[in-house]
Amino acid sequence: MLIFLLRRLLQACFVMIIISVISFSIQDKLGDPVQQMVGMTVSPEERNQLRNELGLNDGFLVQYWRFAKGAVHGDLGTSYYYKEPALDVILEKLPATLELAFCAILIVILIATPCGVLAAIKPKHILSRLLMLISSIGLSVPIFIVAILMVYIFSIELNIAPSFGRGQTTEFFGFWESGLFNKDGLSHLLLPSLSLSIALMPIFVRLIRAEMMDVLQSEYIRFAWSKGLSARRIYFIHALKNTMLPVITVGGIQAGTLVAYTILTETIFQWPGMGFLFMDAVSRVDTPLVSAYLIVVGGIFVITNTFVDLIYGLFNPTVRLASHGL
Amino acid sequence: MKIKVIIACCLALLLYNKAVATTLKIANDTDPVSLDPHEQLSESTLQFSHLVFDPLLRWNKNGQFEPRLATKWERIDSHTVRFFLRKNVAFRTGNTFSAKDVVYTIERLKKSPDFRAMFDTIDKVIMVDEYTIDVHTIYTNPLLLNIMTYVFPMDKAFYQGQDQIIKYGETFASRHVSGTGPYILAERKLGSSMELTRNPNYWDKNSVGNADKVILTPIRADSTRLAALLSGDVDFIFPVSPIDIERAKKVSGIQLVTLPSTRILLLHMNQNRRKEFQDVRVRKAINLAINQALIVDKILKGYATPAGQLSSDRFLGYINDLEPEYNVDRALKLMKEAGYEKGFRISMMAPNNRYMSDEKVAQAISAMLSRIGITVDLKTLPKAQYFKEYDNRSADMMMLGWQSDTMDSNNLFEFIIACPDANTGMGAYNASEYCRPEIDADIRQANREMNPERRLRLLQQIERKIYDDAAVVPLYWQSLTWAAKGNVNINDIVNDQNYPHIGDLFIEE
Repeated sequence: MLIFLLRRLLQACFVMIIISVISFSIQDKLGDPVQQMVGMTVSPEERNQLRNELGLNDGFLVQYWRFAKGAVHGDLGTSYYYKEPALDVILEKLPATLELAFCAILIVILIATPCGVLAAIKPKHILSRLLMLISSIGLSVPIFIVAILMVYIFSIELNIAPSFGRGQTTEFFGFWESGLFNKDGLSHLLLPSLSLSIALMPIFVRLIRAEMMDVLQSEYIRFAWSKGLSARRIYFIHALKNTMLPVITVGGIQAGTLVAYTILTETIFQWPGMGFLFMDAVSRVDTPLVSAYLIVVGGIFVITNTFVDLIYGLFNPTVRLASHGL
Repeated sequence: MKIKVIIACCLALLLYNKAVATTLKIANDTDPVSLDPHEQLSESTLQFSHLVFDPLLRWNKNGQFEPRLATKWERIDSHTVRFFLRKNVAFRTGNTFSAKDVVYTIERLKKSPDFRAMFDTIDKVIMVDEYTIDVHTIYTNPLLLNIMTYVFPMDKAFYQGQDQIIKYGETFASRHVSGTGPYILAERKLGSSMELTRNPNYWDKNSVGNADKVILTPIRADSTRLAALLSGDVDFIFPVSPIDIERAKKVSGIQLVTLPSTRILLLHMNQNRRKEFQDVRVRKAINLAINQALIVDKILKGYATPAGQLSSDRFLGYINDLEPEYNVDRALKLMKEAGYEKGFRISMMAPNNRYMSDEKVAQAISAMLSRIGITVDLKTLPKAQYFKEYDNRSADMMMLGWQSDTMDSNNLFEFIIACPDANTGMGAYNASEYCRPEIDADIRQANREMNPERRLRLLQQIERKIYDDAAVVPLYWQSLTWAAKGNVNINDIVNDQNYPHIGDLFIEE
């Protein structure tokens, strides 16, 4: 376990260095930050002077070295727009995104698991066929269409949920602004988390179904049947547990998709989280914030995947992490 | 006894109703980068300035000056204008507004990188007495009043000593604000919302504005912004994209207000990059091949005015008979005369999120040009990247939108038409590299010409010359559209500069 974690840490450092280089080298392609800071009529000399003050006229290596030196000390640069350390700005928006992602995942787990199991146990049932049809549609419809449709139905026509923003929040521990503990916050959470979960749901329903059907064919399930175990115990304890292994792996990989979808969802619903912040930063050419975001997201990736590997061990004790070469 | 109780209850209810605060929720597309009104010369900064500060004078809807913190003004000599200031006005902090604040503000404007260019014309500001100032210009300046609409007096006692302007760092002025305006900033969540409350001591007692609280939320996506209005989450939105306007019109209880603006959209044909564009016949042919009326009608759904010149009809330089002309046959003939019967291939760049439907307009133009044999390699970019390419003059043909800061033709000519000169900043956006020294001489003269008639002739002469030379391709003047709930009287407070006077906004109960 310890060796595994150490190895992971080393890998993570390596990954982070690569991410930082990449995120830093694309900065130049985003546009000119100075252009965004000044009015149209400001003269070229003024602009150049500002560029000098910001150190944007230095060579790539000089700039990267300056950035890397700061990054080692936890300083990922100062956002041009927020005028605060980029890392602080991002961490301030992190709770909003985590709550959104958490609710979406919760909805996925609560709905996808029973649906997948049902579709596997009774593949010929009309409900199962319907489920498969819906999940096919869900896979092929882009999330922004789903989101806009939901806004149209639930907030404009039915008027039961607000169309944008996060609503009222309550503060916990002095830094965590939570929208989960009051009605207004929850109602604001409804549409974004539902849209996000709809984007992720189909793949899990299909995966659980396929894996479950596979598992149901195996020897030990047949043995369990002949032993006379109850159907519920066989389906939900023995079969489901083994079904979940590949699902968890895919779940870890899907974390990337989740991040991409949060960017979209947050932009559509004006959700004040990290994804929205990122889109805003890109359009404002707030390059320090863009780099910092990529690094933070890279970090989250590494952490979730390590976490997924650890859970793997819990579900299947025969998996030896250290000898797994992970 | 019973009746008394009922009456008392009714009265209490009535009073309670009165006491209920009217909240106005506004969603626009961007929020100001800073609370410092001098940090960036941009639409969002000026919209904010009109909320928290007051200008000395402002434009009203009919294009006339309206006195605000200056009650009247008079020209003393060719270089000097005297402004009389309003008495009994207080800043948010309680400090009394007087001439010292105006002098301080103008001196600070002269230090701001964004506003400096406009205020360079002011030589010095002299305090005559506590409520009178004399503004001396270096040369005679016919546009001094236009420039003074950008003076939003700041609280000298509040800012002094900690008033540096830094664009990328935190300053006192970027986080703290004290003005005389109708609203006081209560809370600002950077990038997500801004809350303001009505200034209880606001000097303008005649203002019908009755929103006790204003919540400003920037919503970037056009469809989300409109959805927020339709679902009742906000009361007032701008801008509204032309595709959404038709949809919004069908909803009952929603009102839309559209005004023509002075922002001109145009195409530059780079004469340094392409020798073909040096031939006036080719430039004329391109002008003739582009059907402005069709673009406005089909793509912008009528929310623009087709343009055959740069100056809008509000500006002095506007000439009645310069209409956009569309004639493919004549264009083809001109191309043949110029020796380009077979046409040629050019590159074109346009932004895709800066102006109304800019990408679609660019695509339509490339299709129109193909009819006279010009093949266009079109590349559209987000505005952040586009303007970098624009400064590098990266394509043969480039799109530009320009709003004159001074509400005068000459500002257009200085930046778009004058010979590019890095030292003076003239022609900074002239991506045509079109250069006529006689136009430059006229521009300089118009900058100092005090006789309105002679000035009118000068500006029209320039406009005519640009037309005859087909120096650029004028496309259209973009319209501005606002939408609000039926009980919000936005019609009275919007204007063609897009600085809605929210302080005077009346909301019906």
